[in-house]
Amino acid sequence: MKAASRPNKRNSYWKQFWKQWDLQSMVIPGVILVFIFSYIPMYGVLMAFQQYDIFAGISGSRWVGLMNFRMFFDAPEFFNVMRNTIVISLLKLVVSFPAPIILALMLNEVGNMAFKRFIQTVSYLPYFLSWVIVSGFVFSLLSVDNGTVNILLEKLNLIEHPINFLAIPEYFWSILVSVNVWKEVGFASIVYLAAIAGVDPTLYEAASIDGASRFKQIYLITLPSIAPIIIIFMILAIGNILSAGFEDILLLANNPILRDYSDVIDTYVYRVGILNARFSYATAVGLFKAVISVGLLVIANKIARRADVSLW
Amino acid sequence: MRLSLGDKILQRTIYILLTLLAVVMLYPFWNSLVISFNLGSDTSLGGVTLWPRAFTLENYYIVFQDKRLLNSFGITILRTLSGTLLSVFFTALLAYGMSKKTLLMRKYYMVYFIVTMFFSGGLIPTYMLIRSLGMLDTLWVFIIPGIISIYNMIVIRTFFSALPDGLEESAKIDGCSNYGIFFRIVIPVSGPVLATISLFTAVGHWNDWFTGAIYITKDHLLPIQTLLRQIMNSNIMTEISSSNAIALDHINRNRTVTTKSLTMATMMIATIPIILTYPFLQKYFVKGVLIGSLKE
Repeated sequence: MKAASRPNKRNSYWKQFWKQWDLQSMVIPGVILVFIFSYIPMYGVLMAFQQYDIFAGISGSRWVGLMNFRMFFDAPEFFNVMRNTIVISLLKLVVSFPAPIILALMLNEVGNMAFKRFIQTVSYLPYFLSWVIVSGFVFSLLSVDNGTVNILLEKLNLIEHPINFLAIPEYFWSILVSVNVWKEVGFASIVYLAAIAGVDPTLYEAASIDGASRFKQIYLITLPSIAPIIIIFMILAIGNILSAGFEDILLLANNPILRDYSDVIDTYVYRVGILNARFSYATAVGLFKAVISVGLLVIANKIARRADVSLW
Repeated sequence: MRLSLGDKILQRTIYILLTLLAVVMLYPFWNSLVISFNLGSDTSLGGVTLWPRAFTLENYYIVFQDKRLLNSFGITILRTLSGTLLSVFFTALLAYGMSKKTLLMRKYYMVYFIVTMFFSGGLIPTYMLIRSLGMLDTLWVFIIPGIISIYNMIVIRTFFSALPDGLEESAKIDGCSNYGIFFRIVIPVSGPVLATISLFTAVGHWNDWFTGAIYITKDHLLPIQTLLRQIMNSNIMTEISSSNAIALDHINRNRTVTTKSLTMATMMIATIPIILTYPFLQKYFVKGVLIGSLKE
């Protein structure tokens, strides 16, 4: 019966498919667009294993195996690029990751609704500004001649002469991470706030009858209750550890003096790929990053599974 | 409920910290606004922080007279309107199709779409594609490549799936097609979610400078953020080249403005539309973000 009905089944499958052509016609434009703009570039990754020739295209270019990857590992920039990528990511993880959680916990303690709304509105604001605008703010606030930060430090007698913050490579990491927290903290806190709102209020009542202080309640009830969400975001953050940032670094580090501290994989790919037109080499570097990122994501998810939360 | 001393201290500390936070969040914006309303030559003497010392509208006056800047605003407005409209429409249409349990191959489609959220060809292959499609230096490059957002599709689909079945069934009995239902019933009742997605898409278009930076070489097609970046670069590097001569030109003709004061005025004009709209949409997008973070 199985064998006999097969062609028939396929036939009826297509019949069914054509019957719902209007539904399918809603989905198929999306399928085609995604094919063109997401899947064709995935095929383009083959360039990483070639000496890509613009005129010959991928089908006609010479295959060179892993040469482009070896070139990256041997490149003089390799050490700095990897160090910066990892250090900036870890700094972001340590500073930018807990910041919205702390903000959400603090906002939750605010009884005055008008005040709470005001703080939320104000803290979301930077999220809606472009990185170009934000970098403009940073350049202006940190500028040597009459930037507010220098004025403030001079008035407090902490420094005698204005500091050119954005020309001192060692300062770049802290500036970058601070600006990131400033831009993202409010918006990132939304999800945590919602999670906190979902915590069973009777838990708090019971705890306060037992004489637990607010601080203890945060520590013993709120934090454990939102732990699953925290872990999920942690997994995603670990998967992104080689994406230390792109727009923010490209825009804030527009002084070549900073390069030893600011160059990360993504900005390096942009520079050698788009600006120097070394297509194959830059694609190889990008692919190296993508492969490691997916690996990290899988590992992080496995570890998180032990704590009974996972992405998939 | 009476608060213990410890709780009171905790609460005071939190109010103080949050107030400080508000100041830190607002000050950079405020300071730039102040500088944009201050006479450029006066700003360069230093010390302009909280209030304009020599109030003027000159910076804005000059910026609004500049043809290249105005053109960039035009490009940005054009791409934001058309890009948002098309992107939200096609993404919602896809989401509606995907929300139907009867859709054949639904599971395969979903995997096909989700894969693109984790893997991508990266910058260079995408650039090569755009180039071979002949989209360099065209307005299409702003609109077509990003027209479908899988993330937004999932958010909208989650919303559509939660709509009561009865809503559509009665229309179906009346002989309405799926398109009819989509346009006449689903879209009208999906205001909140579509508004949220539109807001984020529009903000994305308005703030995008990178597309302009890599795919556009012709000045008359540059969006405002890309142009702004070029102006700022030349300003910061203090080597105002002939290609970034707008500001230099004004400064030579007019002794009271500086690159900084003009940049600040341009930045404010490029920002204020967003700042004016988002507080009104806040209650919607908070919900939108939450639907998005669930991801079914």
